Amino acid sequence: MSLLSFLDRSHTVAKPGYSRWMVPPAALCVHLCIGQAYAFSVFNLPMTRLLGVSQSGPGDWKLTELGWIFSLAIFFLGVSSAVFGRWVEEGGPRRAMFTAALCWAGGFFISAIGVYAHNLWLIYLGYGVLGGIALGIGYISPVSTLIKWFPDRPGMATGMAIMGFGGGAFIASPLSVWLMSKFNTATHVGVAETFIVLGIVYFFFMIVGSVIVRVPAPGWKPAGYVAPTQSVGLITRNDVFVYNALKTPQFWLIWWVLCLNVTAGIGVLGQASAMSQEMFPGHITPVAAAGFVGLMSLFNMGGRFFWATTSDYIGRRNTYFVFMVLGFLLYCTVPHTGAIGSVAGFVICFLIIISMYGGGFSTVPAYLRDMYGTRYVGAIHGLLLTAWSAAGIFGPVIVNYLREYNITHGVPKAQAYNNTMYIMAGLLVIGFICNFLVKAVDARWHMAADDTRGKELVGTNA
Amino acid sequence: MTTANHEETTTLQLVLAWGFVGIPLAWGVIQTLINSMKLCQ
Repeated sequence: MSLLSFLDRSHTVAKPGYSRWMVPPAALCVHLCIGQAYAFSVFNLPMTRLLGVSQSGPGDWKLTELGWIFSLAIFFLGVSSAVFGRWVEEGGPRRAMFTAALCWAGGFFISAIGVYAHNLWLIYLGYGVLGGIALGIGYISPVSTLIKWFPDRPGMATGMAIMGFGGGAFIASPLSVWLMSKFNTATHVGVAETFIVLGIVYFFFMIVGSVIVRVPAPGWKPAGYVAPTQSVGLITRNDVFVYNALKTPQFWLIWWVLCLNVTAGIGVLGQASAMSQEMFPGHITPVAAAGFVGLMSLFNMGGRFFWATTSDYIGRRNTYFVFMVLGFLLYCTVPHTGAIGSVAGFVICFLIIISMYGGGFSTVPAYLRDMYGTRYVGAIHGLLLTAWSAAGIFGPVIVNYLREYNITHGVPKAQAYNNTMYIMAGLLVIGFICNFLVKAVDARWHMAADDTRGKELVGTNA
Repeated sequence: MTTANHEETTTLQLVLAWGFVGIPLAWGVIQTLINSMKLCQ
């Protein structure tokens, strides 16, 4: 069997006896690797002293220049998931995961050359563009596959995979620091070698995932599962063609719901360390703030599984209502915790907020599956992830610029974030309205029973 | 065991697959928890 044939969708169809519980580890093989993106910042400071080694020297890169690497990767995540979504869906998960492995490892290798040659453009191209494409393809493919394997509990299934994306940084961050310490010498920082090792390790992991992944056979359904015979509320039993989904108001309403939820979370996620120290001067030290950021990462990861699983019981729309209402109350409470000096209250508020930030990511694929059916859910999910790219710009900009504005207008640092918190709460009110307006998709967009496009993509006719 | 029309997943395969991803993830979570304890110092 040739490699191309092995990667083909038809060769990934599971035979009787295959356990669907093999698919979450396959998905995690990819998501744990690409989740490294959240830990890329550990390379920022070492890459500012590649020439000076002990400290930044003439010609060394600045942090502002290096910040573009992560931004480019997230931008290309959104672009590639939107552009390649249909190809991923129709080509099957093995081909997509293999391609993501090649791009992800290739991105690290090109970046390593960029570090050797001290050429930042090569790193933009390697990690930013190629790595970003791997992020997009690698993110949506396992999620779509899991939805097809777990029609009875789609939220839990996608929550497991997307939890892995949040957890990838936990592995990457200490591993990268350890590798750099091993390759570090008096004349050398060790970033390039670390990139090469990470590229090899991640390639191996992702290939294992692509080998063990399977898609369900047409007509397969879990034992004991009875697919609903008719649509119930927002949950349809019909499929919508990927490009027709874009023509429905529901797609754009959910786009804004995700964008606003992510904007509210991502803005504070990036600034949590500085914010906690400035709101509680003398109470939260830089070391404690680092601990706080670590705790937030754990809640970000745990929230992805907890909220997505919860959505299987209370419904996706209701889950987002909880995000919007609870988020609103918590954002409004944060300035009060600062005013009364309650560190515990501040920490609890942000831990819950960040769990809902993660939950927003992991609940949305099942939300789309409810609205548009399973056939093109991966491709539609890919298009929706452009909301993430947009939020990646809105969130940090709102937090950073408002803080600067407040400080230059004489507001004490401890209160400089208050307006930001109220604006985030306001964004969640808009998100609540968007979510409220989501209704079942009009029947005219449903694919006809004799429409064979993507028919082979569906396991069960749920 | 895999035949032309059958592909039985064994318990060992499941344990290996989950261990392959679970062990690194657990290690990462423990490292992060240890770092998070600094918040209480």
